[in-house]
Amino acid sequence: MKQFREPTFINWLPFYTLLQKEIRRFLRVASQTLVTPVITASLYLFIFGATLGERISVLEGFSYAQFVIPGLILMGVINNSFSNVASSLFMSRYLGNIVDLLVTPITPAQLILAYTLAAMLRGLAVGTIVWIISCLFAPLPWAYPLAAISMACLASFLFAQFGIIAAIHADNFDSLSMYTNFIILPLIYLGGVFYPISILPPLWAKLSHLNPLFYLIDGFRHALLGVGDLSFALSFGVVAAMTLVLFCWAAILITRSYRLRN
Amino acid sequence: MTTPALAIQNLTKEYDGTRAVNDISFTIAPGEIFGLLGPNGAGKSTTINMIGGVTHIGSGTIEIFGHDNRREYRNTRRMVGVMHQEIVIDNFFTIDQALRFHSGYYGVPDDAEWRQNLIERLGLKPHLHKVMIKLSGGLKRRFMIAKALIHKPRLLILDEPTAGVDVELRHTLWDFVRDINRQGTTILLTTHYLEEAEQMCGRIAIMHHGNLIALQSTSNLLKELGTRSILVYLEKPINQVPENLCCQGAELNDEGTTLQLTLSANQATGELLKMLCELGLPIADIETKRAGLEEIFLQITQTGRYTP
Repeated sequence: MKQFREPTFINWLPFYTLLQKEIRRFLRVASQTLVTPVITASLYLFIFGATLGERISVLEGFSYAQFVIPGLILMGVINNSFSNVASSLFMSRYLGNIVDLLVTPITPAQLILAYTLAAMLRGLAVGTIVWIISCLFAPLPWAYPLAAISMACLASFLFAQFGIIAAIHADNFDSLSMYTNFIILPLIYLGGVFYPISILPPLWAKLSHLNPLFYLIDGFRHALLGVGDLSFALSFGVVAAMTLVLFCWAAILITRSYRLRN
Repeated sequence: MTTPALAIQNLTKEYDGTRAVNDISFTIAPGEIFGLLGPNGAGKSTTINMIGGVTHIGSGTIEIFGHDNRREYRNTRRMVGVMHQEIVIDNFFTIDQALRFHSGYYGVPDDAEWRQNLIERLGLKPHLHKVMIKLSGGLKRRFMIAKALIHKPRLLILDEPTAGVDVELRHTLWDFVRDINRQGTTILLTTHYLEEAEQMCGRIAIMHHGNLIALQSTSNLLKELGTRSILVYLEKPINQVPENLCCQGAELNDEGTTLQLTLSANQATGELLKMLCELGLPIADIETKRAGLEEIFLQITQTGRYTP
């Protein structure tokens, strides 16, 4: 048996392999990972775009469907980026096959990057499909396309980091689902997906500024429609700062192998 | 001096104040098949997990082919293949896909010839495109050996590879492991089948309560601790054990036709035969039996001491 010699430079094959495996994993169960979230978003679009939306107007110059679509796209991006990494990493921990990675020379940076990119790919794929379907209900002006794309990428990156953190801290499936049901879902719904913060009573409007997802949703809507409750720079800055904090948190956990190695 | 395949120095690991591994040191030479034995909870798997990188090292050092496995983990993990005691699989993928992934995780480009060789030698070919969840327990074990070898490691660690495996597969696996060893791979093995360890391993270490209580070549261990029992079948029954044989721990069966004697490790059989002839016993046949590793293992682990 001729032994393989390790090259002297950093070998990125472990990263590509893990990324490829993670992508194949979600494509293998595409009905769960891609089709279901798209159907859910389509139902929202139908309800708010073709039925109720006709009777509601919250933003001058835009239909309610146009108002709600950016939030629905982002909801798809956020939920799927989070679930992809959270379920994959947690299952690996839970079933014990995380040891298959722990015994290999993969570096912490490669591990984070591979899980993050796969999660981003799934989140952004769902977001793109939701946007394409939304074109049937209402076209979006795409006021600042680059800003919109960078906001969506930042959102998927941010929630991939949150997925890593949740997968490491969760003790069982119950506690993992709590991250979705008790943190992400309320923050999305209260973050202005379905209404502008400006129509809320002053106290609730102020409280909404404490919701980090408000900045994400408002910034993305601002980039797509050209109007928002806040300036785009403020939204982007807050989201970028949150992303940095969660990335550092996830990086510390992975580098220290917290709850991965005994 | 040749660099050891594995050099462990003062390795210690504690879990919640309990010492799972207590200051153990040993080396394994390149090309050896080394047996690490011990009852459940002795600290074997913890030791193996520290070598493989699954568990943090408490204190002490582990060097693999001269490389520190903490500072130079990328080098050392490339050189080690681990087959874990528990079945560890990813149910999403087929054997073929999983083997390709595992090679990549180690940064080793897929070698189709080597992969095919493993698949054929381990009898995985008919099951190549089945997802893991559909494989039997035996097939999962075979896959795990292939997985541990796919990146051509220099040190292969087998943690109870034949637990729960049928006799035929066990023999296939051992033949394969011997072949791999002949091709230059060093092997560290733990098993509960001590007969296998006796046949496979050149040297054996025994762990007990986290301590290394014996480390010897298998032949020395058997020679130093292996008592032999001798059965003497008599042509005519006798009434009682001759007085001269009492010190040999002789026992006579109920019919008075068979004498069982025990020889210590350093006592020659010839001496005893001479004594039997002098006593004029009507000997019909003689059968000798050497204590195996199993008896020695029990003797060491029950007393917690290795006293040749």
